[in-house]
This record gives sequence, C-alpha cells and structure tokens, in this order.
Amino acid sequence: MTAAPLHLLYFAWLRERVGLGEEQVALPDAVATVAGLVTWLRTRGPGYEAAFGTTAAVRCAVNQEFAQPDAAVRPGDEVAFFPPVTGG
Amino acid sequence: MAIVRVQLATIDIGAECAALTAGRHDIGGIGSFIGTVRNTAGGRCIAAMTLEHYPGMTERALAAIAAEAERRWRLLGCTLVHRVGRLEPGEVIVLVLAASAHRHDALQASAFLIDWLKTKAPFWKKESFADGTEAWVDARENDTAAAERWGALAG
Repeated sequence: MTAAPLHLLYFAWLRERVGLGEEQVALPDAVATVAGLVTWLRTRGPGYEAAFGTTAAVRCAVNQEFAQPDAAVRPGDEVAFFPPVTGG
Repeated sequence: MAIVRVQLATIDIGAECAALTAGRHDIGGIGSFIGTVRNTAGGRCIAAMTLEHYPGMTERALAAIAAEAERRWRLLGCTLVHRVGRLEPGEVIVLVLAASAHRHDALQASAFLIDWLKTKAPFWKKESFADGTEAWVDARENDTAAAERWGALAG
C-alpha cells in the first residue's frame, strides 16, 4: 500500500520563490519532522533554496496549527510554510 | 458565540454592531478596534495593499483568539472581521468588536483581540508603492511585544 501524500502549502514570498502555492509530495522515509522536511525541500531546486535558505524567517503549520521545527510530520498531513504573519 | 469572518467585501461597521446587539438588552457597551490602510510606510507613498491568508487555518485561528478573549473577560459577544484582497488607503482592513455589560471588559478584550490577531492569525500584507514597486511587509518586533504582554494561551 502506498502511504498518503503530504499536502504542502506555501504563502506570501515563500509561494513566490517556490513558484507554486501548493503541491502533493510523497514523504521521504528519512523525513520525520518539520526541520527534516525543510532540509529535504531545499534540495528540490533553486526556488526552494531561495524560499528556505533563510529558515529563521520561515514559519510552519501542521494540519492548520502552528508548529515548531521539531514537530512530527506524517503521511497525509497538511504542512504549510509562510513568513511571520502581518495581518491587522 | 463569536462571529469570525474573512471577506473580500467592504466591512459595514454599523451592520456588524447591529448584528452583535440585535435583541440584546444586557449589553452595556462595545469595545472596538477599526484598522484602516495608511497611505505611507517607512516614508514611502502607498498606492494599495494586498492581503493574502490561509483559508481554513485563518478562521480556526480567529475562533481560537475569540474563545481566549471569552475565557479571560465577561463578554456578551465578539466579532472579528478581516478583509483580504486589494485595499486602498483609507479602507477598513480589520474590525474587532467586544460587547460586555461594562466598559472595562469590553475595552480590555478589544485591545487583546487586535494584539493577538496581529501575531497569531495567518494573514500577510504586500504593499504596492506609488512608484510601481511592491514589497511584502516584515513582521514588527513591537507587535510581538504587544501580544506577549497578555501572556500565553491558557489551557
């Protein structure tokens, strides 16, 4: 049986640098956390490197809840990356 | 109980106040914050602002912020409405209302709601300057400090 894909979302300047707003990817076996996912995403091309190269400026949500770099990532999760929020 | 909404349309402040108080005679006051788009940023002239958000998570975050205000103060209702899309200077971008029997709770809760919304709800602003250039707005240290003065999320 194939594991459920990861649903990735990118917002604001991360979306512009990656070049798309969302995508489905197969979670690599070696990736278990948000930090691991970021490390893997950076290897996927120059757009990803531009988006995730300054990780201090990147925030994350797993299944629509804010998540820290050590948070777990599992097949089927919705994982979003974005800059610090600026609403209001 | 709280009304939370993200919308493209203009915010009708009168209609939102009326909806909050309809049929109620126990409300003594409504605390409010009305955020409007300013025409300058860092000395540069702004032609417009574009708001992006995370559909689904935004509504959940706004509901959680409203629920926290309802835990901390005696509220008889509250409203959080935030616009997305393209806005021009002078337009209302966000409306926060907190109704209570007495002004202290209404005013404290409305200040809390906007402070937390600015740092905990997934919205992003892009400014379009009069010279045709654009830039994403950076998060501000003093917004984080303003949110932190209220302490951590309970529970």
